[in-house]
Amino acid sequence: MTQHSLPNFSLINSSQETVNFPSGQSSLICFVKEDCETCQTIIPIIEALHQSGCNILLIGQTEEGNNNLINEHNLTLPILNDDSLHTSFRFDIEIVPTLFKVDKNAVPTNRLEGFVKAEWQGLVSDLDTNPIVDWAKLPEWRPGCGSLSVQPENVDRIKAEIENNPIRARKIEITDDEFEFMFEQGFTDGFPVIPPTPERVLRMLSGSRRDPQEVIATVAPNMGIATLEKVAINAVMAGCKPEYLPVVVAALEAACTDDFNIHGVMATTMGASPVMVVNGPIAKKIGMNSNLSALGQGNRANATIGRALRLIIRNVGGAVPGQTERPTLGNPMKYTMCFAEREERSPWLPLHVERGFESNDSVVTLFGMTSGPTLIVDQTSTSPTQLARSMAMCLTHVHHPKAYGVTDTLLVICPEHLDTLTRDKSFSKDRLKEEIFNFAPKTIKDLVQDENSGVGISPEKLAAMPESVQNKVLHKFPSPEDIHIVIAGSDAGKFSGAFHGWVTGPMGTISTSKKIEVI
Amino acid sequence: MSTILDPTNENKPIKRTLAPRHESIVGRLALLDISKPRGSVLIDELECLLAKELPNLTINRYAKPTFAKPAPDTLKEKILSENDFVVEALAD
Repeated sequence: MTQHSLPNFSLINSSQETVNFPSGQSSLICFVKEDCETCQTIIPIIEALHQSGCNILLIGQTEEGNNNLINEHNLTLPILNDDSLHTSFRFDIEIVPTLFKVDKNAVPTNRLEGFVKAEWQGLVSDLDTNPIVDWAKLPEWRPGCGSLSVQPENVDRIKAEIENNPIRARKIEITDDEFEFMFEQGFTDGFPVIPPTPERVLRMLSGSRRDPQEVIATVAPNMGIATLEKVAINAVMAGCKPEYLPVVVAALEAACTDDFNIHGVMATTMGASPVMVVNGPIAKKIGMNSNLSALGQGNRANATIGRALRLIIRNVGGAVPGQTERPTLGNPMKYTMCFAEREERSPWLPLHVERGFESNDSVVTLFGMTSGPTLIVDQTSTSPTQLARSMAMCLTHVHHPKAYGVTDTLLVICPEHLDTLTRDKSFSKDRLKEEIFNFAPKTIKDLVQDENSGVGISPEKLAAMPESVQNKVLHKFPSPEDIHIVIAGSDAGKFSGAFHGWVTGPMGTISTSKKIEVI
Repeated sequence: MSTILDPTNENKPIKRTLAPRHESIVGRLALLDISKPRGSVLIDELECLLAKELPNLTINRYAKPTFAKPAPDTLKEKILSENDFVVEALAD
């Protein structure tokens, strides 16, 4: 038997009093749980010991069970509540009942597990008190039950709480190849993911000051709870560095708003996906690419931040292709699409300032887009107006040349095009938006179904309209504000790009910005 | 053995693939006692029956240190390396 003293504890008893151990007196300590038959058997002995004047501490493992024991056995001895199971764990209780005899220095002199009548009789007979126990009515021997503190579903939580470890997620032990296992479990987007070991997740959590158990968002479609820990796990899998975590968090917050409507964006047969634009100082700080190949591959931050958001929506929210995600074709943006604006190359206000943030704020903006970037190939327009209208001409094909007033676009202007548009300070960003908005308006009459396309209004419906309605003018985009503009790309090449929206507005998705936490 | 953290919302149990099922019991069989009281009585009886029915089977006996905790990795690895089948007496 160990000669070390038992751990200290401070527990609240059923009379709402705080009881501290050790108290400087010799005592008995007994751990029980209500649904253990052997514990039920020994409770009358414990009560008799108490009534005889013995100093005894009875510790129960659930508050409700403790109350039931008190009522069923008419106990006058209060029960100490260990429903956190911390004390049971620190006392290394495997079986209940466990009875300790403890001297005044808190050193145990005897430890009994389960109920063996002879052992209990021996222990009681050595006490100074003389309890009234009808030993003849008690069984010779009863095994105990497993303590709640060693049940596998509780152990990780208790250990983490005692060690002040922030990890609470279910631990999965893998005996074979962890990469194959994660494919089998459906944890991946089709590419391999980095195994989210506790060590890697702890490192990832160092990227944020927020509490690991703070709920960042409720993620549709399954309304899964995304704590910072869950976000960090998926960020590890995506390949993020800890310093990217605040961007992923802000992106998730933006995605899970009623405005952005991530449920609809992921579920639609049109195959929409979030496109993320990062503005402000964080983009440079974490090494995001806004320059050559900004929308392509090759940059870890761009690639993995977009991927992390997508993995969270898949793993925590349950948006899985074939289940609630139903795109007819889907598109490669569903793996990842995230880039930074090349703010320093532009005389125009950057996207986040246009949307009401300070220029030194770091902000992520999400757009629900169905395709893109489609290239605007114009290497020969020389005047700002010519180029603006040339771009607008390309944009008339968004969704369909006969689809008017239903969607938005994210226009990514390359530096050479920007130089043409801003020559002699000729075009502001708003002027460009107006030019595109006002290009090639059509009347309802222009959009009637015909032999070339069934898209548009039916001839019968058109005929039923008064002439004034038939001549109502529609624009390609509902308003100039539905033409979003950012600057990115390398200095060489007259090739801008356009992302095409989904259903724009409260019926579908509204682009959403969130400020990024600064570490 | 490696450990990862569950990336999901944990509303479903982890699915694991069953090991391939053998058509006949040939080779080495582990009988694992989880150390619940009287579990050994059941395992002893099972060992007698198996020895009678399948005389060519090699039977190895193992026990967990305590029923209240998962088996140590070293024990699991030992059972895996020394046997083709495992019968585990789970609880009373």
